[in-house]
Amino acid sequence: MTQLNTYRAGPDETGHFGLFGGQFVAETLMPLILELDKAYESSKKDPEFAAQLKSLLKHYVGRESPLYFAERLTEHFGGAKIYLKREDLNHTGAHKINNCMGQILLALKMGKKRIIAETGAGQHGVATATVAARFGLPCSIYMGETDIERQKPNVFRMKLMGAEVVPVTSGSRTLKDAMNEALRDWVTNVEDTFYIIGTVAGPHPYPQLVRDFQNVIGEEVRRQIMEAEGRLPDTLLACIGGGSNAMGLFHPFLDDEGIDIIGVEAAGHGIETDKHAASLKGGRPGVLHGNRTYLLQDDDGQIIEAHSISAGLDYPGIGPEHAWLNDMGRVNYVNATDDEALEAFQLCCKLEGIIPALESSHALAYLEKIAPDLPKDHIIVVNLSGRGDKDIFTVADALGVKL
Amino acid sequence: MSETRIDRRFTALKEEGRAAFVTFVMAGDPDHETALEIIKGLPRAGADVIEIGMPFTDPMADGPSIQQAGLRALASGTTLKSTLSLIREFRATDQDTPIVLMGYYNPIYSYGIDRFLEEGKEAGVDGLIIVDLPTEEDEELCLPALKAGVNFIRLTTPTTDDTRLPAVLKNTSGFLYYVSIAGTTGAAAPEPADVAKSLERIRKATDMPIAVGFGIRTPDQAAAIAEIADGAVVGSALVECIANAQTNKEAVDAVLSLASDLSAGIRSVSKN
Repeated sequence: MTQLNTYRAGPDETGHFGLFGGQFVAETLMPLILELDKAYESSKKDPEFAAQLKSLLKHYVGRESPLYFAERLTEHFGGAKIYLKREDLNHTGAHKINNCMGQILLALKMGKKRIIAETGAGQHGVATATVAARFGLPCSIYMGETDIERQKPNVFRMKLMGAEVVPVTSGSRTLKDAMNEALRDWVTNVEDTFYIIGTVAGPHPYPQLVRDFQNVIGEEVRRQIMEAEGRLPDTLLACIGGGSNAMGLFHPFLDDEGIDIIGVEAAGHGIETDKHAASLKGGRPGVLHGNRTYLLQDDDGQIIEAHSISAGLDYPGIGPEHAWLNDMGRVNYVNATDDEALEAFQLCCKLEGIIPALESSHALAYLEKIAPDLPKDHIIVVNLSGRGDKDIFTVADALGVKL
Repeated sequence: MSETRIDRRFTALKEEGRAAFVTFVMAGDPDHETALEIIKGLPRAGADVIEIGMPFTDPMADGPSIQQAGLRALASGTTLKSTLSLIREFRATDQDTPIVLMGYYNPIYSYGIDRFLEEGKEAGVDGLIIVDLPTEEDEELCLPALKAGVNFIRLTTPTTDDTRLPAVLKNTSGFLYYVSIAGTTGAAAPEPADVAKSLERIRKATDMPIAVGFGIRTPDQAAAIAEIADGAVVGSALVECIANAQTNKEAVDAVLSLASDLSAGIRSVSKN
């Protein structure tokens, strides 16, 4: 592991985290991205912007979200003390709204009249449709046809809030194709449209600004764990698709030596098979969707379709800052299979009365591998990034139950 | 850098007093042999510059026609290596027509920059258009390409304003590709009056030849662009001929016949 004075200084002026990140987009979008960067930098110095965001996060989103001591999960594993950061209790049921609220305020500040977004599981789509409704902007959500099929409740939610859900039929019909289509829309409607990217990926400044809007998760955890335990945690655990919930939890702790930080990628049918979504452990560096990062790709640099039971993790890339943290050795990236996530999903329902998102279940799945062997005074914080109501059809199907 | 086939071609056309007809087809679409036959036929059909697409799974800036062409090419087993072979085979019969490779960065990055430039140059590639490499990322491929003697042709768009234009022009060589609309390839037809206004603005900043593309489909549209620009680029309309053909022979005939018509449109405009 390389020792740095700080792991929190990135990106550099050109939007890079070491080798990763950058601005790999068509010229049509470049002036917009530079304008966004400028607007974002100025918003950081604007106390009114901060106050408005804080107020909306409190009164509309319902922050802060609880840090909950999961007593029965702790008992079950018989080792480390397990806390759950309850992002599932946010308005719209996941961490995604933290970022959407920040970005829509930026869109308004920039005078944009229309919102677009891509979505996989539909959580980011719902969160985007929500803030668009709240601020009265028309909104189009791009969603792969495959995902529309497996996330019907979220599709209906978006429509209820007045969003247009555009089915994407190109490529693998999942998240990456939805992102391609959203980029095509943006190129066509540059003048009036703001693209709310849902994860810590895309061209600079998106990875940075999404991270900053999600950092509220980790900042709250710092405060809450000090209140509960009088000290910082020993281990942080979060699932990773693009990696926004994980980055939000991890980033405020990156410079705290001695804290184990673990990101769990989706291993699908197993990382040794060709059906997984583990870009870090099963991919190599490449350029897609505006940034350089680890990608699932073949020998010729063509992107390979990812697989995960969880639509939100079904993406062949990962945020560039995660790619950098992986190479620096600061964060330990592991993975959990579909089956392991399904087990953890059911365990959390039964023991805690909490239905976790299938995405978050990947983080929960890793508890079994570490919690039993850790001492009882070892504190693990797991980011319960979303609620699992949207997943009950997928889970029922996987368990052979007919609803 | 030294003069390339692209420079020579635009100089010759200027003397001849007409605009360049720039064609785009995808390597390996619908298969290697048919694509080779099409490319070999294009100069006779009037193409002055040939752009060859390198297929990519995630073509973010392309409309449906070129997306489909890319999928057909990938399905027929096209790789970057086979694309370079295609150019080598073309060069065995044509030493003069400039070839520009167009596509996205990742397949090249994966292949290796030095290896790509060396083999590309040897195969007879004259220029590159890489959609997702704006000037901000010049160190990736643009500067190495210029060093290797390969033109790096930049796209400039309606959103490229006067403050940004000098940066976009800085390392561009061969010609400048003006994207006539904000949108994906093959979308709405450009309004020649708007394009003329933009070109006037760009010409204040550069003497480089400017080709205009995106949305040009008919001989009349091509002629209208030829009036105001140094070249007209047609892609989607040509690859649609391949999509609509029942047989490979029909595909070759349809592409070359449309190319001849478009070329006639462009040649009908004298710029002297």
